[in-house]
Amino acid sequence: MNRNMILHTVGRIVMLEALLLLIPLAVSLWYRETGDAIAFAITVVIGLVIGFAFTIFRKREDSLVFAKSGFITVAFSWILLSLIGALPFTISGAIPSYIDAVFETVSGFTTTGASILDDPSRLSHGLLFWRSFTHWIGGMGVIVLMMAILPTESGRSIHIMRAEVPGPIVGKLVPRLRDTAKILYLIYIALTVIQVIFLLCGGMSLFDSLLYTFGTAGTGGFGARPTSVAEYSPYLQWVITVFMLIFGLNFNLYYLLLHRRAGAFFRNAELWCYLGIVAVATVLVAFNISDMYQSASETIRHAAFQVSSIITTTGYSTTDFALWPGLSKTLLLLLMMIGGCAGSTAGGLKISRIMLLFKIMFRDLKRLLHPRSVGVVQFDGKTVDDRTISGVSAYFFLYMLLLIVTFMALSWEPFSMETNLSAAISCFNNVGPGLAGVGPLANYAAYSDVSKVVLSLAMLFGRLEIYPLLFLLTPKTWSKKG
Amino acid sequence: MKIIVVGCGKIGVTVIQSLIAEGHDLVAIDENAETLNQLTNIYDLMSLCGNGADSDILEEAGIRKADLFIAATGSDNTNMLSCFLAKRLGAAHTIARIRNPEYNDNSLNFLKQELGLSMSINPELLAAQEMYKILKLPSAVKVESFSRRRFEMIELHLKEGSPLHGVRLCELREKYKAKFLVCVVQRGEDVYIPDGNFMLQAGDKIGLTAQLTEIHKLLREMGLLQKQARNVMILGGGRMSYYLSKLLIAGGSSVTVIERDLALCQELCAALPKATIVHGDGAQQETLLEEDLRSKDAFVALTGMDEENILISIFAASQNVPKVIAKVNRDELSALAEKIGMDCIVSPQKVISDVVVRYARALQNSMGSKVETLYQLMDGNAEALEFLVSSEFPKLGVPLREMKLKPHTLVAGILRDRTSIIPDGNDVIMAGDRVVVVAAERRLQDLADILK
Repeated sequence: MNRNMILHTVGRIVMLEALLLLIPLAVSLWYRETGDAIAFAITVVIGLVIGFAFTIFRKREDSLVFAKSGFITVAFSWILLSLIGALPFTISGAIPSYIDAVFETVSGFTTTGASILDDPSRLSHGLLFWRSFTHWIGGMGVIVLMMAILPTESGRSIHIMRAEVPGPIVGKLVPRLRDTAKILYLIYIALTVIQVIFLLCGGMSLFDSLLYTFGTAGTGGFGARPTSVAEYSPYLQWVITVFMLIFGLNFNLYYLLLHRRAGAFFRNAELWCYLGIVAVATVLVAFNISDMYQSASETIRHAAFQVSSIITTTGYSTTDFALWPGLSKTLLLLLMMIGGCAGSTAGGLKISRIMLLFKIMFRDLKRLLHPRSVGVVQFDGKTVDDRTISGVSAYFFLYMLLLIVTFMALSWEPFSMETNLSAAISCFNNVGPGLAGVGPLANYAAYSDVSKVVLSLAMLFGRLEIYPLLFLLTPKTWSKKG
Repeated sequence: MKIIVVGCGKIGVTVIQSLIAEGHDLVAIDENAETLNQLTNIYDLMSLCGNGADSDILEEAGIRKADLFIAATGSDNTNMLSCFLAKRLGAAHTIARIRNPEYNDNSLNFLKQELGLSMSINPELLAAQEMYKILKLPSAVKVESFSRRRFEMIELHLKEGSPLHGVRLCELREKYKAKFLVCVVQRGEDVYIPDGNFMLQAGDKIGLTAQLTEIHKLLREMGLLQKQARNVMILGGGRMSYYLSKLLIAGGSSVTVIERDLALCQELCAALPKATIVHGDGAQQETLLEEDLRSKDAFVALTGMDEENILISIFAASQNVPKVIAKVNRDELSALAEKIGMDCIVSPQKVISDVVVRYARALQNSMGSKVETLYQLMDGNAEALEFLVSSEFPKLGVPLREMKLKPHTLVAGILRDRTSIIPDGNDVIMAGDRVVVVAAERRLQDLADILK
């Protein structure tokens, strides 16, 4: 394992974060929030010093990065990013407990949106901006961002990118990794700008539109008000619904559209499966909750918003869905686990993995009946190789295992089982709100510090799709024998 | 440039590797997903799994915007078909590997024209030509010709006890009176562009430019000259062996080919009536000695196995055969073989990748870069580049001694009106000249890049 190169890359990422912190610093100055501006400035300096200290470790000869180093780099960067990103909250005194601040920042970077604050609107503009901006950075991934703007010499950076980008198969759009990263970010930025414009048209203030757009784009869920999106007009709620769905789609598909390959776009199996699940879930929920609201349009709006918000693991809400009947809540819990499409900013298991798992199941069932039959799993017209298939099955097992471990770790808390289970599922899938005690109008402040650390780790596990963090925490990775 | 490579076998991968190092955007197409998987882990490229002669796959690879398309699968027919399709679908230039001797005769031009091929490459023929050049001048381990052969660079190994050991370069020129220039020296792992104070040592590999007429004289005076190989033994009767024998026989040498397979022997016999074809196992030292290995001027090992080639070549060298050449395909092995004392190794892939990179540079040249041709020296650790001097060059007419050049660069030759000049400090560069520059550790795009 190439420790120098790991430290070097991590150092660069930390410096990048320090530079990104200049944006909330500017916001603080704009709103004349001097105390917060100083907190940001201190953090920028700390970030630059740490980053610089790490980057000088590097010797020129060994820029080789293999799969193992890639995983470690990503896990280490994300942890360090969160620890540094939490500093402004504590330094400024807005969130006095550092563990709470880390929870809030991890929740931001992993695009979870789980909060320990009762009323975010009490935060200053700068901190509120930074809190939502972490969603935007974490959504597409900070390492992808680094690849897009900083030159890397090694052709092997694909190992690092693969460890950060969600989904069972990571493909490139164009031959160069760097150009691929650039295209992804350009699409991301373009969609973000479009959403801001749509929100401005609905009469939302510029500051609020930015916050809600960051939350939507990263499929995060931090907003400006304690009631999330409930107080905004139906137009704004529909805009956010549509954009949540847009950001839950595989970004490679937008590249196809840009290149006028609409045929390939519409042939994409994951797209239809995703839209199908959303449609069916919306209809079921709408029937289930129809007697709770006055008009059909309101019912449909709430059903569509909540379903889109949960399946894309955003976690915004227009109504307190913790009060909905059992069927709807169960459906929402299931949608949390399904998640969005591979290659999107959403969390969860990902639609393509679920589809593959179903195909593998059908193939294996057929094999039981016809022991000599040859089964090939196809996806989007292409045969899926055995390595990917066993990878998906192993991932699913690990996913369930970690979910259970998180749930068990929370269960000693004095809350209902529904609260703990939904908190575990919600954090692990990067959704944000859960049910009952952690519902959309409640928050995670009541959990103990130990549980907050557990949940923070669960969020990181979910965002990085388990492996990077798992390897970082496995002693075997660090022994030379490994 | 956007380049698509179909077929990721030995040749394909070597070509991809050198084109990526040149900074091109590559898309690799192959039918084996595992190969592609490994390739994308190592190199920054996009890969597609499928048949390179399938127009859907080519479309997906972005054939419409491709500047260069290279087909290097194992099958000539697939290569030709995919190049034909690529051209029709919009690729600007196509290169196909065509190795079958039946296609490589008079019909080749017709094929190239009808398929719209920009170039066809025949690895065996190119490697054979490279070996033939060395056998003509056996003192060298490698010979490159510039500007249509008016000017050559040879790579030499300084053996133990060489008269050049411990000589400074500035003394060298006075001692031998001939016009020549030591452009590049490889010592161990390091490559130097030497100046006048550089002292040569035994064990160095040096690159030397001189006018064609003077090379022989110079080598004789240095006591390095070996006579042209007139009596050559070739091990293995494959395609490369056929091409090499044909070249040698045409040049008046006598050739003995040793081959294990009787049917192949008979084929060769019919194709090369003047050669002696021996049916026997070349791995047996007895067979080689029986065919009088010790009296040969040169021994060339061309079997399909790298390891066999290296081992038998070492045996031949131990029998005091003056010149021994081994074909080694795998890069790692050739480095090892050099370590244990094999100085002359020819790798078909390297020959091909040189040719392809040269072609890509020429193409890019028409799109902005000013490099006319490019040669890789010292296993790719240094480059010789040929530039056409435009009237915009800032130091026209300035003597070389007064030009401040960047470190690790050297003007190795100037070609003016059909005469070649091996420059010293008094020579000047004029508009319309062709200038050969040797550079290590950097990639030059323009002649002005050599100036500080």
